[in-house]
Amino acid sequence: MIRKLRASALIVATACLGFSPDAQAGKADDTLSFAFADQPPTLDIYVNTGRQGIVLSRSIWDSLLYRDPQTNEYLPNLATSYKWINDTTMEFELRQGVTFHNGEPFNADDVVYTINWAIDPNSGIRTRRNVDWMKGAEKLGDYKVRILLKEPFPAALEYLAGPVLIYPNEYYAKVGTEGMGVAPVGTGPYKVTAVEPGKRITMERFENYFDGPKGKARIGKVEVRAISEVNTQLAELLSGRLDLMWRVPTDQAEKLAAMGRVTVKGSATMRIGYISFDVMGRVGKGPMNDLRVRQAIAHAIDRKGIVKALVKGEADVVHSACFPSQVGCSDDVTRYDYDPAKAKALLAEAGYPDGFETPFYAYRDRRLSEAIIANLAAVGIKTQYSHLKYTALRAKVQAGEVPFQFMTWGSYSINDTSAITGKFFKGGKDDYAHDPDVAKWLEIADTSTDLAVRKENYRKALRRIADQVYWLPLWSYNTNYAMSKDLEFEPTSDEIPRFYLMHWK
Amino acid sequence: MLVYSLKRLALALVVAVTVSIISFGLLYLSGDPAIAMGGESATAEDIQAIRVFYGFDRPLVVQYLDWVARALHGDLGKSYYFDASVFDLVFQRLPVTLTLGLSAILFAIALAVPLGIAAAVRPNSLIDRLALLISVMGQALPSFWFALMLIVLLSVTYPLLPPSGSETWAHFVMPTVVLGYYATPAIMRLTRAGMLEVLTSDYIRTARAKGLRPPVVLAKHALRNAVIPVVSLAAVQFGFMLGGSIVVESVFALHGAGFLAWESISRNDLPTVQGLILVFSLIYITLTFLSDLVNAWLDPRIRIG
Repeated sequence: MIRKLRASALIVATACLGFSPDAQAGKADDTLSFAFADQPPTLDIYVNTGRQGIVLSRSIWDSLLYRDPQTNEYLPNLATSYKWINDTTMEFELRQGVTFHNGEPFNADDVVYTINWAIDPNSGIRTRRNVDWMKGAEKLGDYKVRILLKEPFPAALEYLAGPVLIYPNEYYAKVGTEGMGVAPVGTGPYKVTAVEPGKRITMERFENYFDGPKGKARIGKVEVRAISEVNTQLAELLSGRLDLMWRVPTDQAEKLAAMGRVTVKGSATMRIGYISFDVMGRVGKGPMNDLRVRQAIAHAIDRKGIVKALVKGEADVVHSACFPSQVGCSDDVTRYDYDPAKAKALLAEAGYPDGFETPFYAYRDRRLSEAIIANLAAVGIKTQYSHLKYTALRAKVQAGEVPFQFMTWGSYSINDTSAITGKFFKGGKDDYAHDPDVAKWLEIADTSTDLAVRKENYRKALRRIADQVYWLPLWSYNTNYAMSKDLEFEPTSDEIPRFYLMHWK
Repeated sequence: MLVYSLKRLALALVVAVTVSIISFGLLYLSGDPAIAMGGESATAEDIQAIRVFYGFDRPLVVQYLDWVARALHGDLGKSYYFDASVFDLVFQRLPVTLTLGLSAILFAIALAVPLGIAAAVRPNSLIDRLALLISVMGQALPSFWFALMLIVLLSVTYPLLPPSGSETWAHFVMPTVVLGYYATPAIMRLTRAGMLEVLTSDYIRTARAKGLRPPVVLAKHALRNAVIPVVSLAAVQFGFMLGGSIVVESVFALHGAGFLAWESISRNDLPTVQGLILVFSLIYITLTFLSDLVNAWLDPRIRIG
């Protein structure tokens, strides 16, 4: 609230005081300035779990494949072609003539080294699930490799086009994570020229970048600074010292757009909000065990109204337990429209004509929680609200102590349904439904390489989840970007601003 | 003087140990560091592995004593977040905070002491009222708001100063004013009160009766006595400037030690927080200790009593 007031104060004051000409423009010196609220702890992407690291990594390194952010099609990148030998073996022809930023030539040794190093349990990498599906990599020739999978894993393409980035074997063997963390070397469209820990990272266009699907970077220099305060970022943007900022709070974005001095663009993100219930009684016997109560809650929450009034932007109501662009996601499921009368009737039928009282947990946006609480109160459900920090709430949820909570999930920007259903419905610590049928269908869908089989089984699972209201998907989120009028940039739903696709008008 | 110094020193050490124990305990209540380190995508197995790797599964007392033993050897451990030595991290950031703290306290003294004297010399005059206004405003203005207004005025509307960063002296101007202004009211009011009391005392009347010029009376006779409590206060305020510069560092993206502390707390980066608390409390304790010594030197009554 205070943060918002501050931002409002800044914008209003700026608007009242009028403007002076730009102090400096990014276009003039061909330098794009961008800001993160938080600095990445290290630039070694395999030991970095933060979003800033993911954003930078896609400009510094390349993966074997590339997913076109507009069409979602998988294109060859460091590989020139690939084929499935069988369900657990893939073969890649590699691109020739590619060099790393330090001049080291790219070949099969780099791919084999990177993958075999990353899957080693002692490698110290943080996000194991990015690589754990692989058994190993073998060199078949200087420009030919084979990747072996532990078991059939169709989402392999998504991972090979995303987080599995190829490191230079000789350099990494020499400098290790400490060296890579401060002086990263990749094949990507931008090479890092300076790292001032905690302050800024400077990148320059890599002139020898190969002619791949990402294309050569068009902006000469990119400077990424750490500015924690969103208002200071706004001031930097308005004074022309910053060319692009993201995660602008929606109401500020509206004011900024109205001012007309900068361009504001919104984009739906892969993150969705959801409510999870103690379906099987992990916490204990309670109202959430009853399907009618869960249906009542689904009817009680005015998702459309909340999206329109509070989430705003490109966000939308989500009906199925996945983000619509994810491979295998189907929204051909039971829908629960806002209908408080029906909610009351269902509660009465379940034996709660006067409602009941329940603990309710959340961590993210308090305003949204409050809207949900008000909707629930209107049908007689009283909540004891606990607003926790994410890590604390997740610990409680995974320990099976939370009967009813509002949380969000970003699927680690993996454009595949397995990245969301796998977490919540395959019997893991976040699964409060434990439906063996759902787990079985998901297992088939997650491991089949036949897209039709995958889709069919995801559809079955998603339908059961919706019918039984194991989980109530709420809405997608919106990320606002504000940028200099000189900059051309189209935001994508995976929340990865791609510097190499940006250019000056 | 020696006995007095030793007593103060012993007290300071007890304070340092107490602070470190309390902060260690409180941090562990605030959340599981292994979960924070794993990030959003970590599985329960990942988290357990992290827990064992960093030794979070050991009893709290063992972890604390382990930390103390290493700290006594100058090893503050490794940051969980940065994968770098806490010692390096803290001393990388400390210069920014020290520069800011020092310039802020100097700004505050330069503004507050003359204003306080002027207000005391002519109580209830226009200048006294003005000084009161400045002091009330300094206490009432939230520093983030003041900082943002300065940014709007001096960076956006009239682009004279950069709104964020710490590269040149120009980057420190606005943070110094904001942080220093915050410390101004207390110093000014104490100077004024001290001067008012001293100015009515007998020896001032004697000094005036001897025909000394008013500036000499003020500077040589009155100020030296009135300034004693101000020295203690300034030392304490300087400590506040260091620890309390978090908001200012955050608004102006200065990335000093105060900001590091705030970020590290939200990341559950215990070794960094521990290291910072240790360094800050040592600085604070040193400052209080030094101000006690300065006061004892200024006023013999203190060291005898």
